[in-house]
Amino acid sequence: MAYSEKLLDHFKNPRNVGTLDKNSTNVGTGLVGAPECGDVMRLQIEVDPVTKKITEAKFKTFGCGSAIASSSLATEWLKGKTVDEALAIDNMAIVEELALPPVKIHCSVLAEDAIKGAIKDYQTKNGVQTVESIAASH
Amino acid sequence: MGQRLIYLDNNATTPTDPRVVDAMIPYFYENPGNAASRNHPFGWAAEQAVETARQQVANLINVDEREIIFTSGATESDNLAIKGVFEMYKRKGDHIITVKTEHKAVLDACGKIEKMGGKVTYLDVNREGLIDLGELEAAITDKTILVSVMWANNETGVIQDMKAIGDICAKHGVLFMSDATQAVGKIPVDPKEVGIHLMAFTSHKMYGPKGVGALFVNRKNPRVKVTSQMDGGGHERGMRSGTLNVPGIVGFGKAAEIAKAEMHEDAERLSKLRDKLEHALTSMLEESYVNGSRESRMPHVTNISFKHVEGEGLMMTFNQNIAVSSGSACTSASLEPSYVLVALGLGDDLAHSSLRFSLGRFTTEEDIDETIAKVAEGVNHMRDLSPIWEMYKEGIDIDAIEWTEH
Repeated sequence: MAYSEKLLDHFKNPRNVGTLDKNSTNVGTGLVGAPECGDVMRLQIEVDPVTKKITEAKFKTFGCGSAIASSSLATEWLKGKTVDEALAIDNMAIVEELALPPVKIHCSVLAEDAIKGAIKDYQTKNGVQTVESIAASH
Repeated sequence: MGQRLIYLDNNATTPTDPRVVDAMIPYFYENPGNAASRNHPFGWAAEQAVETARQQVANLINVDEREIIFTSGATESDNLAIKGVFEMYKRKGDHIITVKTEHKAVLDACGKIEKMGGKVTYLDVNREGLIDLGELEAAITDKTILVSVMWANNETGVIQDMKAIGDICAKHGVLFMSDATQAVGKIPVDPKEVGIHLMAFTSHKMYGPKGVGALFVNRKNPRVKVTSQMDGGGHERGMRSGTLNVPGIVGFGKAAEIAKAEMHEDAERLSKLRDKLEHALTSMLEESYVNGSRESRMPHVTNISFKHVEGEGLMMTFNQNIAVSSGSACTSASLEPSYVLVALGLGDDLAHSSLRFSLGRFTTEEDIDETIAKVAEGVNHMRDLSPIWEMYKEGIDIDAIEWTEH
């Protein structure tokens, strides 16, 4: 299977690898996947309390090259976005950007889930209506 | 900087030995005949070449040349043996016994037998990858016609106790078949000595060309017959029709001759290199585990799990120049990790974390040294990226976390 240059670049030089303080109220953590499935993604965001923009994003991923590249790309995209803008990130945009082959689409889904998980955690901590509760009220 | 390519995937296929290629070439040019053409020199030359090769292959496993049926490879041989025995002996019984860690060619052929109304028992293996002989014997009924156990496993290199299995089959009057694809040409394999009646193997795992294999079919005490699965001109004693792949068979014969002469030397050299690789990686990298028996194992194979690192991702750190394979699900279209490693009792997480290194005749010490360095670097890189490695290092019980399966 031949991978795209962009995917290989994110895999070899992953952006924003690391850990934020998960106990900080400004930090939201999304942990998705399972070791038995071969992928675990942890994605964290730090939100500026005043501007509500994402100022920092970090990840660590256990998984294949596509999973690592998808989460690396996601952290790049998150920085500078507002929470609402971040919620609009769609997995298919990741698929397109990295030219993921069909068998690897689940890696992009996982990245989207990790973004949503991180935002939900942040919103819960800060007493904001979560994604699900907003959707449910509609 | 051009990178040197290192091939440590010899259980997938071996490179063809140049001496084998040299032996084959005349059968494309000077001697292009069909071995079944009995009435001209082209046919005679081809037939002579096939019979020489048949003798060379028979010599390698110490059987009569009339007991060798040429096929297109081990998958075909497995299918011919299992389906052929089932059809030939169905009046005697309809039960076959095999093992969960067999190659797909055996498992899927057995699956077909079940669809045809037969019954199949799939034996478990222990942590070492070995079957329990008591369980085997207990599984034999008066309807059992065949026991099929591979000589050496393709993923772990684990070697079953063939003599003990053969004795049990002989005691109960059951045919014994073995897929010996990974063993023939690499370690001494003598089917008659251990009581095997049918044995599948192939050329391209022993430095011969792809597209040619063989089935050994015992001729005396008992005289075993299989129903042909490929009908046509009645070639190969009626058991396998189809024009013989003369250049391929010639190459197979030459590969068998070389293997017989050089296997001991190769095995001794490769086991030292394998041990060096295995020792270096398991001592440099904590939480790394060798999968399967280390005592009863092929000399050129090691299968190692590097905990909290996913195999395919790990391979991507060095696969621009080093070829190995992984039991990770991500190397297949399914989300299931290696069924062989799972049968050994590894958790799915450890199965996902495995790499198989299979050395070969052309592997050098330099290859091994470079592999040790690159794999260690890759594992460390992937662990730096791994959230579960971080949790493990922080002393968090990973099994206690409620994971969101997807």
